[in-house]
Amino acid sequence: SVCERLETLWPENHSTPHHYFFGVFQILHTSNMSQEAVNGVPCRGKVLTLDTMNPNVKRVEYAVRGPIVQRAVQIEKELREGAKKPFTEVIKANIGDAHAMGQKPVTFLRQVLALCSYPELLEDNKFPEDAKKRARRILGACGGQSIGAYSASQGIECVRQDVARYIEKRDGGIPSNPDNIYLSTGASDAIVTMLKLLVCGEGRGRTGVMISIPQYPLYSAALADLGAVQINYYLDEDKCWSLDIKELRRAVTEARQHCNPRVLCIINPGNPTGQVQSRQCIEDVIRFAKEEHLFLMADEVYQDNVYAEGCAFHSFKKVLFEMGPEYSSTVEMASFHSTSKCYMGECGFRGGYMEVINLDPEVKAQLIKLVSVRLCPPVPGQALLDLVVNPPQPDEPSHTTFMKERTAVLAALAEKARLTEQVFNTVPGITCNPVQGAMYTFPRITLPQKAIDKEAGQVPDMFYCMRLLEEEGICLVPGSGFGQREGTFHFRMTILPPTEKLKIVLQKIRDFHQRFTQEFS
Amino acid sequence: NSPPHRKWSERKVTIFTPMSDQQETGPTMRRLSQLESVVLWNRARQIKRELKQGVKKPYREVIDISWGDPQGGGIKPLSFVRQVLAACHYPQLLNSDKLPEDVRQRAERLLKECAGRSTGSYTATQGIPYIVKGISEFITRRDGGVPSFPNNIYISSGSQCMSAVKTGVLTPVPCYDKVNMSIRELGGVTIPYYLHEDQGWELQIEELNRALESAKGVCNPVALYVMNPGNPTGSLPQRRSSFSWLMSEFVSYKKVLAEMGPPISETVELASFHSASKGLIGECGLRGGYVELVNVDPAVMEYIYKLFSTDSCASVPGQIALNLMTHPPQPGDPSYSLYNEVIMTITQLIVFEVLNSVPGFSCQPVEGGGFAFPRLHLPLNAIHKAKEAGMQPDEFYCVRLLEESGLLVNPGWNFEQKEGTSHFRMNIMIKEETLEGVLRRLVSFHTKFMKEFS
Repeated sequence: SVCERLETLWPENHSTPHHYFFGVFQILHTSNMSQEAVNGVPCRGKVLTLDTMNPNVKRVEYAVRGPIVQRAVQIEKELREGAKKPFTEVIKANIGDAHAMGQKPVTFLRQVLALCSYPELLEDNKFPEDAKKRARRILGACGGQSIGAYSASQGIECVRQDVARYIEKRDGGIPSNPDNIYLSTGASDAIVTMLKLLVCGEGRGRTGVMISIPQYPLYSAALADLGAVQINYYLDEDKCWSLDIKELRRAVTEARQHCNPRVLCIINPGNPTGQVQSRQCIEDVIRFAKEEHLFLMADEVYQDNVYAEGCAFHSFKKVLFEMGPEYSSTVEMASFHSTSKCYMGECGFRGGYMEVINLDPEVKAQLIKLVSVRLCPPVPGQALLDLVVNPPQPDEPSHTTFMKERTAVLAALAEKARLTEQVFNTVPGITCNPVQGAMYTFPRITLPQKAIDKEAGQVPDMFYCMRLLEEEGICLVPGSGFGQREGTFHFRMTILPPTEKLKIVLQKIRDFHQRFTQEFS
Repeated sequence: NSPPHRKWSERKVTIFTPMSDQQETGPTMRRLSQLESVVLWNRARQIKRELKQGVKKPYREVIDISWGDPQGGGIKPLSFVRQVLAACHYPQLLNSDKLPEDVRQRAERLLKECAGRSTGSYTATQGIPYIVKGISEFITRRDGGVPSFPNNIYISSGSQCMSAVKTGVLTPVPCYDKVNMSIRELGGVTIPYYLHEDQGWELQIEELNRALESAKGVCNPVALYVMNPGNPTGSLPQRRSSFSWLMSEFVSYKKVLAEMGPPISETVELASFHSASKGLIGECGLRGGYVELVNVDPAVMEYIYKLFSTDSCASVPGQIALNLMTHPPQPGDPSYSLYNEVIMTITQLIVFEVLNSVPGFSCQPVEGGGFAFPRLHLPLNAIHKAKEAGMQPDEFYCVRLLEESGLLVNPGWNFEQKEGTSHFRMNIMIKEETLEGVLRRLVSFHTKFMKEFS
């Protein structure tokens, strides 16, 4: 037996590491014993299998990085190895990653990050004074003056103060308390944290969370993982993906029969749909949340990405406070923001924050404990966030370049949004709502019945997108990954590729759609 | 402060209610309700504020050695690491000759692996493939050739992110507090097994068996959590009776598992965690860590991938830090340096000697990790005074230590310990000058304290 073999290799000597380890491993090995094993037959079963793992995890899906992306990565590998294909590169229009698509980082942000990373550069006269000033301030707030030290779990205090000031300025002076700001690892981290706090109860009392259909699949994944009840409310595709209070009411009323609805999630500007909520709509939603006693989660990571004429970003918090104390002192809310989108596109730094409004003070104490389990968000991301909320001012040396770069990025996105809508609407079988904001288009595609029937095992829009990937090297995400009305099909494409490349992509999709429709007619 | 009989519509959606009435709060909150030493941290914050305002105290600043944070404690980061990071974030720096050649080469290499040559892009879910491959090479090298497969490695933002376990987990006493909190946060149950203090915090197999027995009928034990080197104990699995423990080498669980051969080496499921927060690199704030999975069911691996992908990816600065950890400058490279390695060994020895020379302290050899976890032999009077104040004895000691000497350490109560014992954990990954100040304050306070309560 293993015991005997080990004894000959390492005679009984309790001070050797291997005797110690052996004991540990044997326990692990034998404690997983079946009855046969107890009788002397060696056991084969694993501890962690599909049957023994957390069953909630089995319901987790995240289409943005799902099977189509995995196939895209495989194809890229094949191309590198010299495989012949009808295209020379895969265009990854599946994920909201601006830099990956060639968008340049904003100079000022990267200068400060370099200074924070290697403070010796503060002596280098090639760096502007305003960048150095900010780096010194950030480093001064870090333990040991270093971004390599842990920060407080809620985030570096002076960064939270700067975030609060930014929010006040953005919202026309409505006060923001730094104690209500929690820095996070991207907005996703804060969203999941809030859901962890909110989800509880059993059976018919289980927490229900309202999410839009279509939605960003982080929400559905988190709800599955937490075992919460997902309550779908449908956005109106015919009215530019607008949100209708009647639909919210229908959803919540029906949900009360089988769960306890407690949360309403809004993404504004929307993902994948890009719709920008009007001020009136936001007011109606807040009123609805109060009437139905719901906690509001306002995902506002695309707040600078607004393109359509007549559309403007209104923060949920601002509208809440403008509705007066009857609402502003009672409605509980969390707003989320991030460094991954807008004009920055700094996804890899994982910077973000949430602001909580009217949260019970005792719950806040528990929230601090919850975030402390992960120690702290990445400090470079916190530093970056500080720059986003504290950009160069008109009287500072970097201001001109900064504004030029920022304006160029947002203008390019606006142009690409318009172009995308225009081109897709020229294709028979594709209808595209205006891309009012965010970074995506979510056009509806009409699929011939034969194509729908063709692959019984595969969802039709996945089948469509896979074919597009194989034939044109363009990677999109099927609408089924975001949710859509039964019988309708969509795909989500980012508007991030550079304009010239985007034109080609749009053309290729148009040609593909026509071919596909023909093939299955 | 809410009035007792509010209308349903006026009550908050999320309310903290006492343990007996748990309808409104999430299970997460209930499980986390075992509080850490809130008193101590609040007082520390207050004292720091008072010192800033110029309040007179017997010390000019608070020395915080309660966290395992080398750079927070004043240790300078490795230049190579920071130069590479700066160049990656701001590639203009590559145009000049100011940075050493090896820095520029590494930055170029890493930028090539970032989408759009930007550290601001998302990466593959498991991490940048070049960096993940580097980690597998590092592991293989460290383990004397035992193969490591990139597919089994996931980079995360700090090594704490990964867990799909529910039900029972055996955890050591004492144990790093975040581990127990993480398990409970997920709805798991911790099954304590006691490390044997007098034998250098040895993990004894009989004790593991006892713990396993105790779990029968209470929960379903599925996992065993071990920390090597230990936190807070600093113990390594092997023990020597003389000072040769200073030269103890780290042996990985994976290496030993492989060396034990089949069937054990092919069946025991193992997850090994590592991080760029500790060791020589000490980049806690960058949040870079990884897990290597061994013998995990391939079907389950698919779900692990999905879980990780909902987090998008680990922070890129953290990933870069990992690469610099697994592939440091080599002898002959412009940036090569051995400086930090020497300092740590001396610190461990000094701390061990000093603490064991003072009555009322005893300390096991600090073989590894970055902490010392000395035992306090407190007089009965002190223990009674603590009870009166509503505090655990070591918490009481630590609060007094903070108040009178400005030294902030972490009470043993936070890590769980054998009933009736008292300890505290102190970070020893600190500068030599700081260490002198720390030991001076500690010994001076301790002598006074023991006298007061004798």
